[in-house]
Amino acid sequence: MTSEGLQPVIAVLAVQGAFIEHEKRLERLGCTCIELRQASDLSQRFDGLVLPGGESTVQGKLIEELGMIDRLRAIIQRGVPVLATCAGLILLSEQVVNNGDSAGDSGSASASDSDSGDYPRLATLPVTVRRNAYGRQLGSFHTRADLLEQGQIPMTFIRAPYVEQVGEGVEILAQVDGHIVAVRYGAQIAVSFHPELDASDVVHKLFLDEVMCYRERSSNLPLT
Amino acid sequence: MNDQENAQERKMLNRQLAQMLKGGVIMDVTTPDQARIAQEAGACAVMALERIPADIRAAGGVSRMSDPKMIKEIQEAVSIPVMAKCRIGHFVEAQVLEAIDIDYVDESEVLSPADDTYHIDKTNFRVPFVCGARDLGEALRRIEEGASMIRTKGEPGTGDVIQAVRHLRKINAQIARIVSLREDELFEEAKQLQAPFDLVRSVHDNARLPVVNFAAGGIATPADAALMMQLGAEGVFVGSGIFKSGNPAQRAQAIVKAVTNFQDASLVAQLSENLGEAMVGINEAEIDLLMAERGK
Repeated sequence: MTSEGLQPVIAVLAVQGAFIEHEKRLERLGCTCIELRQASDLSQRFDGLVLPGGESTVQGKLIEELGMIDRLRAIIQRGVPVLATCAGLILLSEQVVNNGDSAGDSGSASASDSDSGDYPRLATLPVTVRRNAYGRQLGSFHTRADLLEQGQIPMTFIRAPYVEQVGEGVEILAQVDGHIVAVRYGAQIAVSFHPELDASDVVHKLFLDEVMCYRERSSNLPLT
Repeated sequence: MNDQENAQERKMLNRQLAQMLKGGVIMDVTTPDQARIAQEAGACAVMALERIPADIRAAGGVSRMSDPKMIKEIQEAVSIPVMAKCRIGHFVEAQVLEAIDIDYVDESEVLSPADDTYHIDKTNFRVPFVCGARDLGEALRRIEEGASMIRTKGEPGTGDVIQAVRHLRKINAQIARIVSLREDELFEEAKQLQAPFDLVRSVHDNARLPVVNFAAGGIATPADAALMMQLGAEGVFVGSGIFKSGNPAQRAQAIVKAVTNFQDASLVAQLSENLGEAMVGINEAEIDLLMAERGK
């Protein structure tokens, strides 16, 4: 229907994790996807950025060592819309704390290895995130909860983090059991669950609304 | 934690954790220090075990689940998922691993099998399982028993990639064949594969296994890892290949990057430079004990 140039082009960080799931969803919603695997991939033009689920330590390390981290940060700071899920939320957050030992580990010393701060992150989202906040895999769960005025949507949490504190200007989009699981800050949308694994398109559409706004805003500006 | 979860939901959650590991490298580690080195190097998960396969092979004798205390120390040392191995058919070892909140159980042919007929009924567990497979029938049998992730069996502890290549090519060829079949031919195919019909149909409809499929066994270099990825693996396990080599941290990092950019030969070339001594391999034909033959 639409010509190639009119379809939004979404760049999906593809260094590790569940990026194909996002690509399939976005393509179904009419987007063209490109994969970001190394620095040279960042020279392509795109209208939005997806940071997928996976392991945040791996992704953070790879985007730094493959020479992508500064340019990605600059792109986000320039206002290019971002959808970050699970590990992506951790990559975006300014502060990360590790979860203490879960109840099942009683008796052992507390997890004092504060590796959380040492891994490279984009740190463009003024929130504090608790990593592995629900514990290990046995703490993973599926539920339904309200997202803004959109009503209940399915939410899948896999060794998920949640947002412990939000800075100024951060809008809370969803909470589960009193914990913040979805936020928006400017054009950055970050959720601790996996909308790419569930049937609902609500979160991706919210992101694509930001992408459309951004395209309109930037249509007069020269593209780089 | 909140609602009562049903078995179907747990099955999905367990398969979905494997999806998060895709494009990553799972590394065998024997100490908290090695676990930290692995995480630093970009491992997406670690496999905690007392002895790596090359040493198990060298030591001989019966090889069992690792000491839970040692596994817990590794759990405390890293934030990435921690896996551990139990013997084929040893459901109590699996219960123990579930009790210490392990992220994934590997029902593994690397350890001495506890049962020469039955694998663990993995549908009885909340914890996810990964199992080895040499061909599609074996993969589908394991999935029917409740495995949430499949890996090739390879030949662990050898540094010889030939079996992993053979298993992955075989599975891919069998999937391609099933996709090409008419619907009414699937019943006979299921019979031939000794696999459940519903899973054969799922492969026919989706042109892939219903769970994530990693490569394992004998992967020792960045080029080995990239080879498995180009052949269609969704990620790799590296066992003895890292901590049996001259410079584990550097080799581990190189393998991680080779998995991410497995199609970029010039990058793989660069990553392969100056890695020092690779593990001393043993050729498949020189081995007395083929671990991949354990469990069918």
